[in-house]
Amino acid sequence: MNVSIPINHTKAESDLFDRFDNVKGALPGSVAVAAMREAAIDQIREKGLPHRRVEEYKYSDLRAFLKSAAPMAAAAEADAVKALLDAENSYGDLDRYRIVIANGRYVAELSDVNALTAEGVLIADISEALTGDNGAQLLASPKSGPNDGIIALNTAFLQGGVVITVKEGVEISKPVELVQVATSAGAQVTRNNVSIGKGAKVRLLETFLGETGEGELNTVFDYSVADTAFLATTRLIAGKTDAARLYTSIATIGAEAELKSLGFIAGPKFARNQQFVEFTGENSEAKIYGVSMAGGDDLADQTLVVDHAVPHCNSREFFKTVLDGRSKGVYQGRINVAQHAQKTDGEMMTQALLLSEEAEMANKPELEIFADDVICAHGATSGQIDEDLLFYLRARGIPEDEAKTLLVLAFLSEAIEEYGEEDVTDRLEQRVRDWLAGH
Amino acid sequence: MPAVQETIDQVKAIDVDQYKYGFVTDIESEKGAKGLSEETVRFLSAKKNEPEWMTEWRLDALRRFKQMDEPSWARVSYPKIDFDDLYYWAAPKSVEGPKSLDEVDPELLATYEKLGIPLAEQEILAGVEPKNRVAVDAVFDSVSVVTTFKEELKKAGVIFCSISEAVREYPDLVKKYLGSVVPVTDNYYATLNSAVFSDGSFVYIPEGVRCPMELSTYFRINEQNTGQFERTLIIAEKGSYVSYLEGCTAPQRDENQLHAAVVELVALDDAEIKYSTVQNWFPGDKDGKGGIYNFVTKRGDCRGKNSKISWTQVETGSAITWKYPSCILRGENSRGEFYSIAVSNGYQQVDSGTKMIHLGKNSSSRIISKGISAGRSQNTYRGLVSAHRKASHARNFTQCDSLLIGQDCGAHTVPYIESKNASAQFEHEATTSKISDDQMFYCLQRGLSEEEAVALIVNGFVKDVIQQLPMEFAVEAQKLISISLEGSVG
Amino acid sequence: MLEIKNLHARIAEDETEILRGIDLTVNPGETHAIMGPNGSGKSTLSYILAGKDDYEVTEGEILFNGENMLEMEPDERAAAGMFLAFQYPIEIPGVATMEFLKTAMNAQRKARGEDPLSIPDFMKRVKAAAAHLNVSMDMLKRPLNVGFSGGEKKRAEILQMSLLEPKLCVLDETDSGLDIDALRIVSEGVNKLRSPERAMVVITHYQRLLDHIVPDVVHVLSKGRIVKTGDKDLALELEKNGYADYVDTAA
Repeated sequence: MNVSIPINHTKAESDLFDRFDNVKGALPGSVAVAAMREAAIDQIREKGLPHRRVEEYKYSDLRAFLKSAAPMAAAAEADAVKALLDAENSYGDLDRYRIVIANGRYVAELSDVNALTAEGVLIADISEALTGDNGAQLLASPKSGPNDGIIALNTAFLQGGVVITVKEGVEISKPVELVQVATSAGAQVTRNNVSIGKGAKVRLLETFLGETGEGELNTVFDYSVADTAFLATTRLIAGKTDAARLYTSIATIGAEAELKSLGFIAGPKFARNQQFVEFTGENSEAKIYGVSMAGGDDLADQTLVVDHAVPHCNSREFFKTVLDGRSKGVYQGRINVAQHAQKTDGEMMTQALLLSEEAEMANKPELEIFADDVICAHGATSGQIDEDLLFYLRARGIPEDEAKTLLVLAFLSEAIEEYGEEDVTDRLEQRVRDWLAGH
Repeated sequence: MPAVQETIDQVKAIDVDQYKYGFVTDIESEKGAKGLSEETVRFLSAKKNEPEWMTEWRLDALRRFKQMDEPSWARVSYPKIDFDDLYYWAAPKSVEGPKSLDEVDPELLATYEKLGIPLAEQEILAGVEPKNRVAVDAVFDSVSVVTTFKEELKKAGVIFCSISEAVREYPDLVKKYLGSVVPVTDNYYATLNSAVFSDGSFVYIPEGVRCPMELSTYFRINEQNTGQFERTLIIAEKGSYVSYLEGCTAPQRDENQLHAAVVELVALDDAEIKYSTVQNWFPGDKDGKGGIYNFVTKRGDCRGKNSKISWTQVETGSAITWKYPSCILRGENSRGEFYSIAVSNGYQQVDSGTKMIHLGKNSSSRIISKGISAGRSQNTYRGLVSAHRKASHARNFTQCDSLLIGQDCGAHTVPYIESKNASAQFEHEATTSKISDDQMFYCLQRGLSEEEAVALIVNGFVKDVIQQLPMEFAVEAQKLISISLEGSVG
Repeated sequence: MLEIKNLHARIAEDETEILRGIDLTVNPGETHAIMGPNGSGKSTLSYILAGKDDYEVTEGEILFNGENMLEMEPDERAAAGMFLAFQYPIEIPGVATMEFLKTAMNAQRKARGEDPLSIPDFMKRVKAAAAHLNVSMDMLKRPLNVGFSGGEKKRAEILQMSLLEPKLCVLDETDSGLDIDALRIVSEGVNKLRSPERAMVVITHYQRLLDHIVPDVVHVLSKGRIVKTGDKDLALELEKNGYADYVDTAA
């Protein structure tokens, strides 16, 4: 029986509907895009925000978490953005290009447009692209998460972002940092489309600076990695905040291509990093890593679906979670292998370290396999720090805190080192130390 | 063409038409009225001469069932079941409640003999006790037709009888434990079972007693359009031990038949229950027509400290299997085990696994699951391991392997692993693969035929679980697996 | 016993030509050594003899006791008396070595129309053969080749060879991964099986195995062809001068 009973909306949901009515006239996009926004908000109206009875949100009840919805962030003053960028910095003196999105809107004048253009990288403002004839096509949904609530929210409220096109064969000489900045409180909803041309090589850094107050940050990245191309993307979801941090990746990978990603979560009260990866060409590889740290009553959620839709592709998923206080860690990973995707090699591992009595970990590593000639495996472990090791270190004169730090670092570094990209990840160690010292 | 491919084709061709137990016993039987209603429940309860409290318990369950929705989370699909188009009571006319062996209809005895179930009580001859004696409760459609070795068991203090008899004879025990592990409203099918359960076994092992023989129940569905709703309750008092076996078959029919059972186990301090199942319900024919819908709720409660419950299952039959034998590890140092082989072929759909719920300190559990999918079947392992706040130093080890034979089947693994205690240590491993060409070639080089090679490799794959079965069962199970997969081997 | 005539073969998947016209005749009672540099096609030849379908014969024939071997399935070849000692024996988890031996022996007996062995008879044979090869009962109880050391794997192969009593034994790089003691045990095991009715083809890269298993004939395989045939001294010469001369000859 599918009698749809109208649901009672929460305050946050009512706030969102009001917010939509207030801002929809000002949101960018063609008529078709506006219709998609309406459809997306109707989906929320009908089903509510994603909640624990939705299988994909079983452990991360966004509906219960969001008590209210803050207004959208207003456009930023360029000076304020500049000041913030000068004051804060996610990667120190790492030599890199920068693309700036402030309060949900692309800021061309603070981005390294000329240098990137010279290298063969085109950058466009998505809010302009959305108004074009093909605007609606920029809002594609992943095959394996067609009705995802977070993506629906993104579609409904999308303010801005960039469309990055890396030309065929271009190897960008430095990492490109896509930095999102908040100069004032308010929700930020952005979407970035990144197309990497045939044989091109890109290293992307996704960062965030500033405070959104109570406003949620909802960011969708849509990567398309063409044949023989390479993308390594390092996503930082860091900093203490009471607001929700909602990140989504939608990736398609062509033939003989490689996608590497590291999703690093440390600090937010509610962080979800969800990734939908689909192989569309043969002989490709996806290596997906995650590191989550949560303390207090934080929730850190890494959710992943890898679709092996074609034969001869390899995927490796390796996730590490460290939990303290009353925090909750979530890993949900699914490897789908379609019937004709023979010779798939998929290997998934999720490991959790619980530092306190009251922390919780939920692991759900899934395999869904319709092809017979495959090698797929997954593993999951959870437990606490090995007391014998801790004792050994202390017996050698290392204080307990430092010993724990060492062991936690060793635990996390297994995933970080496998990801590689040392010049970038070298700087993450300090973040782990800071988190351990101050969360 | 790779060597394995031919085997796959052979397996495909043979399919599930090998079912050996598909015959129908021609026996006059009595049926209740069709449909699920208060009248049906009252009729059933009256048929069994149940006391008022039991009738009320059933009616309460029926009322709750009517308000529930059929769950849809399992990876199985089937047309909607019309509960009003089913019979809830069918019994051979000759049976008026369990009797002694000499009074049982010879036609029934012949049926069980044909199924390979010994219903005779071997006598102790010249003081030599025969080895491996098994006491059997034989359930035919809705009623228990006979329970063997009852008297001898009674001498040891063990109660082994049909649940209908237990409701009448041991109401205090039944009242105390029935529904205490699987509450009436636990899930859709359990609630249905609570309303209309027909028969099943009741076992009570008193304090300190090691049950002197294996106990077993053999379930047979014979009638058409009749659901079987068995209910089994096993209680192991402090320091006792029992090993219990369950087998089941059904005739080959074109219509699907419903089997919705509930099994409850209670183990008190230092008690151990070992529960083994070889499930061989009719799986449907090669086109996926017919077969049993098997919706089963099995749960054990390790209520006492140091208690242990071990589930071992070999699942080869049924069109649909929906079954998650579970352990609630409440007692300190309690232990739960789940060993499973699930073989699917033809159009079978299996969604099976276990739940290990750690509540007590130092509780431990172990899950070994081996799934083999062939033909066009879908085989899902679904499991939950959870440690609650107080379950300090809980331990779980899970090994979950799937083997695929052929390219039209699917193997899926859906584990939920939830830890709310830092000192709980969980380890989970899963693999999915096919029989490797190298293994096949190696066996062929040594002179094995392809079917022999597949049988050998599959037997190696399932060995960890087969070892957990009582000896006689292990041999049977191995044969059954070969038949399910190949037919010509074994 | 074995006649290979103008055998050409390639890898089925990518059609890489490996064997380019091999002629070889092995008579009962003879032991032939096939030596050659890496990539000369030695292992391919052994796999083709055993019937691995990764390879395609494009030309030529193989006769085994007069029968066309290429038309036989791998298990039929085994039952007819062809045994390959694998360079890398395959691990079969969960299948005890003992169980495997029994299954294989009885399968071959069945194919030949013989009765299966009784358990005591089987045990007697296994124990006798195992003792010669220094194979412990404990090892026989373990799953086949799983967790076996290199030496244990090779001894298990020779144990199978002695129990299955083949007519033609093909030993593929049986010396690889063996230390001196293991090499001696394995070679003694092989030598015991030499008889006037049985033929052996020993494939090896190094001469040292041939100190223990002395061949009647030595062939040098290079680039898929036999480029030189001689007696056991040819092996010694190769040991001294290397394969360089023959590789050039072939080119």
